[in-house]
Amino acid sequence: MLGVSTKIEELLTSVSDPEIPVLSIMDMGIVRKVELLDNAYLIDITPTYSGCPAMDTIGDDIVSAFEKEGLKAKINLVLAPAWTTDWITERGRKSLEDYGIAAPRTAEVDKAALLGEANTINCTNCGSINTKMVSRFGSTACKALFQCNDCHEPFDYFKCLK
Amino acid sequence: MLQEKLYDYLLHLGDNSMILGQRLGELCGHAAELETDIALTNISLDLFGQVRNYFQAAAQIKGGDATEDSVAMLRYEHEYKNTYLVEQPNEDFAHVIVRQFFFDVYHQLVLNELMKSKNETLVAIAKKSIKEVDYHVDFSSTWVKRLGDGTEESHAKMQTAVNILWRYSMELFKATEIESWAADSGVGPDLDQLKPIYLERVTSLLQEATLSLPEETVFQYGAKTGMHSENMGFILAEFQYMQRAYPNMKW
Repeated sequence: MLGVSTKIEELLTSVSDPEIPVLSIMDMGIVRKVELLDNAYLIDITPTYSGCPAMDTIGDDIVSAFEKEGLKAKINLVLAPAWTTDWITERGRKSLEDYGIAAPRTAEVDKAALLGEANTINCTNCGSINTKMVSRFGSTACKALFQCNDCHEPFDYFKCLK
Repeated sequence: MLQEKLYDYLLHLGDNSMILGQRLGELCGHAAELETDIALTNISLDLFGQVRNYFQAAAQIKGGDATEDSVAMLRYEHEYKNTYLVEQPNEDFAHVIVRQFFFDVYHQLVLNELMKSKNETLVAIAKKSIKEVDYHVDFSSTWVKRLGDGTEESHAKMQTAVNILWRYSMELFKATEIESWAADSGVGPDLDQLKPIYLERVTSLLQEATLSLPEETVFQYGAKTGMHSENMGFILAEFQYMQRAYPNMKW
């Protein structure tokens, strides 16, 4: 996607979101551009939410991952175009589900789910569709809190952002 | 000159969100229940994130040693341009929700217009922020309906909060010199045009929530030009403490 060598792509893939450690920043879709300029990689990353406290850490993690390989990286935070959950890759969606966070649905399903309509999001623990929203803000701004009516486990749902 | 005006306009946009974010931050660990505690602090985080974007742009205009932190923390009270509404204390959950609702509806209208601004930075910030603020509007509207059309007690508390807070809402639409400049030059919205839409949205949602607007509509104007209420000094005392006590402190 970014037109970079396999090595650089692997390096970037090795960096994960500190709040969702199973999710690589590449699968998250927040790396927008990589350019090699005067022996340094200029890397554009975009925040998921304006106040996402993970951005500084992610920037630092990229720089140190590159340093370990003797490479230089410079981070540039870009706002436009604004991040959308559509940029999460298929592999990313699967990692989220495996980790116990329901992956974002379409805008329509999302709206119904967040308006409190029951039975829209599958439980990530037992797979049941018999679930309800507990709060539209979960453990982080990008997630809503759900609970399964069958196995009673709470779980996060990654809100759709278009 | 143009850049100075843009700097001031960025403060207008950022200060409302920042002071409201600070008020919401006060509730961290103290909200009515765990879920609302998390929601309110997440909204606060969204607002502070947006403020960082405005103030990074402002610091760039100011140049020199200015940073987003110095713009946010190191001004005197009369240099802040937020409205009376966002300074209002948390009081009870009804106040928190009604204040949030009155601001969210305004905030969403302004951001929708900023997406068409002639200033590219503002367009980028607005396009990013609107996705978050749409959720804020959903959140506060849902609570207004649930509590307004709830029990006798929740209804009474909500009506009291509406009666007290409504007088601060109209100031949002009283354009200052800078906001008029922004409207005239295509940088920001024409607040006069947004006002009827705001009134319509607020009135119809309150009606759905079986609440009504009081007749008294205006407290006074002036917060946006630095004439703040007594609340502001207390907010800043807490907000600025670290930077004033330990200048240039970083996390």
